[in-house]
Amino acid sequence: MKRMKQLLVVLMILALGMAFWGCGNKDKDDQTSGKDVSSSEDGDLIVVGFSQVGAESDWRTANTKSFQSTFVEDAGYKLLFDDAQQKQENQIKAVRNFIQQDVDYIVIAPVVETGWETVLGEAKEAGIPVIIVDRMIDVSDDSLFTCWVGSNFKQEGYDAADWLAEYLDKEGRSDETINIVTLQGTIGSSAQIGRTEGVEERLNDHPNWVMLDRQTGEFTQSKGQEVMESFLKSYDGIDVVIAENDNMAFGAIDAIKAAGKVPGKDIIIISFDAVKAAFESMIAGDMNVSVECNPLHGPRVSEIIQKLEKGEKVDKLQYVEEGVYPAETAAELIDSRQY
Amino acid sequence: MNKMKELWKRVTGFSLLFPLVCLVIVLVVNLIKTPDFFKISMNNGVLYGYVIDILNRSSELIILAVGMTLVVAASGGTDISVGAVSAVAGAVCIYSLIGGASSSVYRIPYVLAIVLGILAGTACGAFNGFLVAKLHIQPMVATLILFTAGRGMAQVLTQGFILYVRKESFKFLGNFLPGVPIPTPIFIATIVVVLTFLILKKTSLGLYIQSVGVNRKASRLVGLNSSLIIFLAYVFSGFCAGIAGMIITSRVYSIDANNAGLNIELDAILAVAIGGNSLGGGKFSLAGSVIGAITIQALTTSLYAMKVTADQLPVYKAVVVIIIVALQSPIVKRWMKNIKQKLASSRNGKKVEA
Repeated sequence: MKRMKQLLVVLMILALGMAFWGCGNKDKDDQTSGKDVSSSEDGDLIVVGFSQVGAESDWRTANTKSFQSTFVEDAGYKLLFDDAQQKQENQIKAVRNFIQQDVDYIVIAPVVETGWETVLGEAKEAGIPVIIVDRMIDVSDDSLFTCWVGSNFKQEGYDAADWLAEYLDKEGRSDETINIVTLQGTIGSSAQIGRTEGVEERLNDHPNWVMLDRQTGEFTQSKGQEVMESFLKSYDGIDVVIAENDNMAFGAIDAIKAAGKVPGKDIIIISFDAVKAAFESMIAGDMNVSVECNPLHGPRVSEIIQKLEKGEKVDKLQYVEEGVYPAETAAELIDSRQY
Repeated sequence: MNKMKELWKRVTGFSLLFPLVCLVIVLVVNLIKTPDFFKISMNNGVLYGYVIDILNRSSELIILAVGMTLVVAASGGTDISVGAVSAVAGAVCIYSLIGGASSSVYRIPYVLAIVLGILAGTACGAFNGFLVAKLHIQPMVATLILFTAGRGMAQVLTQGFILYVRKESFKFLGNFLPGVPIPTPIFIATIVVVLTFLILKKTSLGLYIQSVGVNRKASRLVGLNSSLIIFLAYVFSGFCAGIAGMIITSRVYSIDANNAGLNIELDAILAVAIGGNSLGGGKFSLAGSVIGAITIQALTTSLYAMKVTADQLPVYKAVVVIIIVALQSPIVKRWMKNIKQKLASSRNGKKVEA
């Protein structure tokens, strides 16, 4: 018994050690990348400090990769990357570090909208232009940041509704009553607000479209499935499901299959984000369309920086280009999808 | 008359009364609002209905609540890492099964991957148990470590991606076995509850846990190995989290390290509390926790069925939970007892006058 206990203790300590070894390693990486910059004589390289939210989704990972592959030394850049692990205080710390290191540009993908006044004021005083990507920030003074690059979620909502109108037209169902349910994202997120509003506005143009119900699936597959199960029991004639991201659409598809209906045929599935797995689902015939939410911000930001370098003015709000991908195009496009 | 009184006393003295009443109230409200709430039909070869949904969806929560009950009873603290641990277990299972990318090919047998996943959960539980039982760290602080680090560990395995297992057999555990009309998670939850109940009843473990929970030092003085019992409670909680992790991943045939079992630890603690268990440790009721878990899921499902909008959902949930928990608080219970006594005495007084 005592032996067992000792063995157990040793194992535990080993496990603990392993865990710390993992963390320690990562820290070291961060430090070296930081040191690299402060000590290097980068001469004519443009130094860009990028504070990323974290790595919470495939979309985010693709977003990070886009920056890392755009801002390379061959293109005349030096990228300082900071992973904030979903915490604003980490981002503020990172921005202060960037200011101290006197980078040329600061790029922030903010975790939350508020609380940026002070630190952006410091950046402004230091004369460093700040570019915001993805989520918007809420500051009283517009001059605190140079411009914003991101998705037009409302436009995505319009695109989805327009695709549906066109599709129904083709099927000859444009005069039928169309029953729609929506799986909303996390309530209050900008993607949820924009997409819901976009679809809602288009509803007014189609009096025969009926929005039966909306419920949040919190952007996750399991919640999407759970809510869809409930929808299917509450309403008999659902014609269309609008899922505000692909993961919830996958959950809805499973729920529809479990109820003995055929997704993509009996019930039209409209989704957002257009991640690679969505293309797989479209090829399998389950999903009808996915409206892109483009994470590849790197090239656009690079373009802006080049303009600023030349002393040109840039627009305050810049939307990235986003496509609509119906199932017919999925097979040929899937190999070109990076995320 | 006397018999009636005795019966009434026995019913009100029954410790599961309040949790059951709460569940019944939630269900009755449903029946009024959505008349076909209890309708169960066969659809596509499987049972289909809101009630099935509730039982199916509450399975993970029931399993976690069972583990949580023992942790609470033995140590008077909560294990807040169970959600993260189930994500770790899921990640270990899927990573060992298919490697670091979505795939439809198993590298190792399915059963082995499940065993590895559950073992990973148990190991996490052992780590928590070691911190709490041996190093005497506050349970909440000790389990906070895996609460924060667990998802990170799962991320390392999945490299930040959602890994999909594109094979039908992987879906069995979280959905249906071919030819069986009842969702598999219900079976698993039943087995876990029954086995735990039998083990606690047939051995003296249940009594030991209670005794350690009431007074750790005194129990040690009577000859119980208090530390070992607390340690085992945490190991068991990790084991349960591992099983729940298997169901969660199988449901969506994928591991999403960020969202698998997110916030479920809070629901598990709530289930224990709604079940009438004291969060201070000591006396406990497994059945209460199971009823608590079903009540939570029943609440969610009924709010969907009643078409409450998404932005109001948390408010309704909060109100119901406050009422349930307040009803069971000792102050309210004493207050109600007083009223009862007063009523009885006034009635008696009248009788004397007459």
